Amino acid sequence: MQTTPCVTVQNVSFWYGSNQALFDINMTIPQHAVTAFIGPSGCGKSTFLRCLNRMNDRIDGSKMTGKIELSGQDIRDRSVSVEALRRTVGMVFQKPVPFPMSIYDNVAFGPRTHQLARGRALDELVEKCLIDAALWDEVKDKLKSSAMALSGGQQQRLCIARTLSVSPDVILMDEPCSALDPNSTHRIEELITRLKNEYTVIIVTHNLQQAKRISDMTGFFLRGELVEFGSSETVFGTPARKETDDYINGRFG
Amino acid sequence: MTSLASTPVLFQRRVLNALFQALCGICAVIAIAVLGYVLWFLFRQGITYFKPSFFTRLPDNVNPALGGIKHSILGSVSILGIALGISIPIGILSGIYQAEANGKLCQIVRFLTDVLNGIPSIVIGLFIYAIWILPYAQKHPGQGYSGIAGGAALGIMMIPLVMRTTDEMLHLVPQSLWDASLALGTPRWRTMLFVVLPSARNGIVTGIMLALARVAGETAPLLFTVLGNEFLGPITGPVDALPLRLYKYATSSDPVQNAMAWSTALTLILIVLILSILARFLTRAGKRS
Ligand SMILES: Nc1ncnc2c1ncn2[C@@H]1O[C@H](COP(=O)(O)OP(=O)(O)OP(=O)(O)O)[C@@H](O)[C@H]1O
Ligand SMILES: [Mg+2]
Repeated sequence: MQTTPCVTVQNVSFWYGSNQALFDINMTIPQHAVTAFIGPSGCGKSTFLRCLNRMNDRIDGSKMTGKIELSGQDIRDRSVSVEALRRTVGMVFQKPVPFPMSIYDNVAFGPRTHQLARGRALDELVEKCLIDAALWDEVKDKLKSSAMALSGGQQQRLCIARTLSVSPDVILMDEPCSALDPNSTHRIEELITRLKNEYTVIIVTHNLQQAKRISDMTGFFLRGELVEFGSSETVFGTPARKETDDYINGRFG
Repeated sequence: MTSLASTPVLFQRRVLNALFQALCGICAVIAIAVLGYVLWFLFRQGITYFKPSFFTRLPDNVNPALGGIKHSILGSVSILGIALGISIPIGILSGIYQAEANGKLCQIVRFLTDVLNGIPSIVIGLFIYAIWILPYAQKHPGQGYSGIAGGAALGIMMIPLVMRTTDEMLHLVPQSLWDASLALGTPRWRTMLFVVLPSARNGIVTGIMLALARVAGETAPLLFTVLGNEFLGPITGPVDALPLRLYKYATSSDPVQNAMAWSTALTLILIVLILSILARFLTRAGKRS
């Protein structure tokens, strides 16, 4: 496994108002690998994920301390534009949220925003993203129809295609399969495994089997702290901490 | 085991249930019946002169039965067009401001639009008369009244309504849609314009149509601004409008014109209805593409 660091996190703490949600998180996320975050509900996984592309900026009264570097660059540096950061660090949400426009326009929206392609080149880019997201065969004849009419699983793959369309380096996924049936879940897992050749994937999941199947690295969060972080083999096979062991063996409240 | 037999308590509940159901039903019927009666009455009275010549001719003073209200229809449509042209951009943009900005200024603006919304329409007419028509008439005697001024009066009345709907509809757009767009690195303005606003579009259009329907029947502000006209004139001068025509015919001493007042009312309602259907159709068509 390649271990070039992609994201390094140093002493990150996060507050919603006076309520601290993350406590002194440190980790190094390797490039071109799948990193999974697991942990009980409310332990701060989503909060942490949203720190990585600064989606928490919008929340009134929130505060972050510490440092997050992406390929050596501090993401909160003044010279970094949020738009450019979010283009580089894409995000797929738990609930698929297609834009109220056609399937084609959904995928073309990002490239148009960042003026990446137009005309034929844009058509090709849209096709490539839909193929990569394993959705092309199902929608190639109805690109002009509304994205709202797709099934939940198709919508989620559309959202993945949309994320791929601006060619990010890192893809954050917050429980991308939790609203999907086993078949769609399976397809998205396959997709993630393929994606890691080109992208760094960071995924939050409640499905421990899924984390074990697809991830190279695993982080276990508990009450806002990163209890354990290491290769998935170690975390699931011989966890160093008792809390981790309890959680992955279902002995946890 | 619990008995399945009816108990006094259950019986009481059933009676209450039936009672309230009947009450709700009766109230619903009353509400619809009033509306139905108004429409039916209007239709019966108005249908007499509801023939092509009524829409293609101007009033005929020699033989009123041969006259029409073409100029009032055209006048009303152009006045409403001007009102839309004024209120849509101002109303939607300030609605966006209301939904997105917060702070003192925003609260003040919100309060002031509520006040504007509460101002009686005749006062707005008077306002336009005082700041626009009167000064103009002093410089150019005999002039000043115009369709544009009337459109401006109705447009001012529509602004708070359009603004409120826009604000409310934007608040209904889920945060997740914002997040999805921002997470692509889309700037805020682009997210608002191309993602959030389109998904609130149907509600906003419906709100605009309601506002339009409300001002379409306004008579008071038009009295001071467009004056009324027996002929077809340009909107830069006095024009006629359906509510003015309606008032004129209803208070006329000629029985034929009295009857025509009903046809005018029916025309007004039909125009509002057609506009609403058109708006529905447009939003539906937009959604498909
Ligand atoms: N927008 C917010 N404002 C205030 N507090 C928040 C906000 N979002 C999350 N929190 C709080 O921060 C803590 C961590 O929440 P977070 O959503 O990160 O948990 P999570 O690990 O993703 O949980 P889940 O598995 O249920 O998604 C929780 O206690 C939650 O109540
Ligand atoms: Mg979460």
